[in-house]
Amino acid sequence: MSATSPLPNATATTTISTVGLPSRRNTELALLVFAVLIPCFAYANVGLAMDGAMPSGMLGYSLGLGLMAGVAHLVVRKFARYADPLLLPLATLLNGLGLVLIWRLDQSPRLIQRAKSAFGSFQPDAPKQLLFTAVGIALFIGVLMLLKDHRILQRYTYISMAVALFLLVVPMFFPAVNGAKIWISIPGLGTIQPGEFAKIVIAVFFSGYLMVKRDALALASRRFMGMYLPRGRDLGPILAVWAMSILILVFETDLGTSLLFFGLFVVMLYVATERTSWIFFGLLMSAVGAVGVATFESHVQKRVNAWLDPFACYKTDPSGACQQIGDAVMSFGSGGTLGSGLGQGNSDLIGFAANADFILSTVGEELGLAGMMALLLLYGLIVERGVRTALAARDPFGKLLAVGLSGAFALQVFVVAGGVMGLIPLTGMTMPFLAAGGSSIIANWALIGILIRISDTARRPAPSPASSPDAEMTQVVRP
Amino acid sequence: MSELTLTVMRLGFLAVLWLFVIVAVQVIRSDLFGTRVTQRGSRRGDTGRQQRAAQQAAAPQQQPRQQSGGRRAERGRRGAPTKLVVSEGSLTGTTVALQGQTISLGRAHDSTIVLDDDYASSRHARIYPDRDGQWIVEDLGSTNGTYLDRTRLTTPTPIPLGAPIRIGKTVIELRK
Repeated sequence: MSATSPLPNATATTTISTVGLPSRRNTELALLVFAVLIPCFAYANVGLAMDGAMPSGMLGYSLGLGLMAGVAHLVVRKFARYADPLLLPLATLLNGLGLVLIWRLDQSPRLIQRAKSAFGSFQPDAPKQLLFTAVGIALFIGVLMLLKDHRILQRYTYISMAVALFLLVVPMFFPAVNGAKIWISIPGLGTIQPGEFAKIVIAVFFSGYLMVKRDALALASRRFMGMYLPRGRDLGPILAVWAMSILILVFETDLGTSLLFFGLFVVMLYVATERTSWIFFGLLMSAVGAVGVATFESHVQKRVNAWLDPFACYKTDPSGACQQIGDAVMSFGSGGTLGSGLGQGNSDLIGFAANADFILSTVGEELGLAGMMALLLLYGLIVERGVRTALAARDPFGKLLAVGLSGAFALQVFVVAGGVMGLIPLTGMTMPFLAAGGSSIIANWALIGILIRISDTARRPAPSPASSPDAEMTQVVRP
Repeated sequence: MSELTLTVMRLGFLAVLWLFVIVAVQVIRSDLFGTRVTQRGSRRGDTGRQQRAAQQAAAPQQQPRQQSGGRRAERGRRGAPTKLVVSEGSLTGTTVALQGQTISLGRAHDSTIVLDDDYASSRHARIYPDRDGQWIVEDLGSTNGTYLDRTRLTTPTPIPLGAPIRIGKTVIELRK
C-alpha cells in the first residue's frame, strides 16, 4: 500500500456495504454440530477415565442429543428463520455438558453407596435428565410453533401477574424439602419447582406493566442530591414487589427465589426508566430485607454462617449438609488451573446435591479454572444475545421482555455460581441447563424459545414499503 | 488408560471448549447490524454473478462477447485499479474493493460510501465500470459538484489511476 496514506488503517482492504441481514441458519447448524460433538467428546473422556473403555451408552446419548438438536434446528429454520444463530447452539452445548456431568456423577461409587444407605436403592439421574431435556425441547418447539408473535403475550399482562403470584405462593402449602419450601409434590408425577416457571411469567407481567407506566416512573420525579427521587405513589409497586419477595423469604425460607424476583424487577425498572436511583433503592431495600430476615430466620441464618466461615462447619456440625460449601471450595481449589480431567476428580465427596446445586464444583475440579471460565462465558454469551435481541427489537414490550428474560437468566447464574463459590450465601437454585432438575431444564428451554421468537421478529428484514401512487392523496386534512 | 492419553484428552477438551467460545464470538462479530465489512475477495462470486445478470439483461443480443468482456473486467487487466481509497476527509483510510459493482457516494444511508460531509448531496456521485472494465465517475446532479483533479465534472468521465476525485472535503482515489 502507498506510503503516503495519512493513517495506518489505510492498509486495511475491506468492502463496506449495507446488506440485508442474512438468516444465518447455516451458521447455526455448523455451531450446533460443534455443540453436539463437544459433549460426545466429554462423554468418551469420562468413560475412558473411569472404566478404561468407551462407555456403553455413548451411542444412545450422542444420538439422542443430536436428534433433539437437529429437530430443534429444523423447527427454528421453519418457524423463526431470522432468529439469532447463537442461542440454540449455546443452550444445546450447556445441556449436553450437563448430561455428561450428571452421568459422570451417576458412575461415582461413593454416591451410589450413599444413595443405597440413605434410600435403600440407587437411581441414576442421567436418563431422567435426558427425558426432561426431550420434554424441554418439545416445549421449545411448542413455543416457536404456537407463539407466532411475542406481542400476543402483552395481552396477558395481568393474567400473568395472577399466575406468577399463584406459582410463587403455592409452595408455601407443601412441606419443606431440605429446609426450603420451593417444591410442589404431585403424587405419582414427582415434584415441580414452580419458581422456575414463575420467572418467565413474571418477566411477561413486568414488561407489560412497565411499558405502560414507564413515563410516569421516569419523568415525575424530584431531583435531590444528584439523584432522581420518585414520587411516593410511584414507589407503590416497588414496595409491593419488595414486600412480596420478603414474604417469600420468610415463608418459603428461600433466598434465591426472592432475590431473583426482586432483582428482576429492579433490572427491568432501570431499563424501562433509565433512572440510576432505582438501582440504588433496589440495592438498599434488598440489603435491608436480607439482613432483617437473616437475623431471625434460622434456616437463612445457617446459610449465612456457612458462607461467612465455610470451614467452621467441620468442627461444629460434622455430619450435616453444612459442610457443602467448604467441600465445594476445596474441590475448586484442587482443580487448579487446568483441572484434574473429566471423571478424575473427587467432587462426589460433596454427596448431597452434588449433581444439582453443586454441579459447578465438578466443573471447577475436573475442568479447572480454564473450563470454568469457558462455561461462564457460554452463559454470558446467552445473556449477551438476549440483551442484543432487546437492543434490536423494535417494540418496547419486546425490548423489556428480552431484557427481563436474559436478566432473570443472568441473575440465576449469578446466584447459583456465587453461592457455590462462596461469594454470596448459598441458595436453593439450579444452574440453568447444567444441573439435574426437570423444572429448571424445561423452563429454561421455554425461555430460550421466547428469546428466539423475539430475535426472529427483531432481525426480520423490514418489508420494503409498497410504492402506491395515491399515497400523496390520502392525507388527513384537519379543518 | 494411560496417563498420557488422559492428559491429552483433558487438555484437548479444554481447547475444544475454548474453540467453541471463540467461534461463537466470531459469529457475533460478523453478525453486527447495519453496514457489513467484508474482506476483499470473499464476495467476488456474488458480485460477478450480479454483474453478469445485469449485462445479460442490458444486451441480450451481444451475450457471448459481453460475458467474456465481463469476466475479463472481473479478473482485472494489467494496470487496472483494484480498490478505491478515501485519502482525505472524515472517512480517511476507508477502502472499497473494486469488483465490478457500482459504488454510490453520498449522504444517503444506503450509499456504498456514506459521506458525512456538509458539502455532499444525498446522492452525489457514482463510480462504475463501463463495458471494457474502465472505471467511470459520474456526478448525479449534486449541488456542489464533483471534481476530478481540478476540473468540475459535467459528463461521465473515465478515472485515471491515482487521480483525486474531490467531493466536498472528501478525496477519493483509485489504486492498484
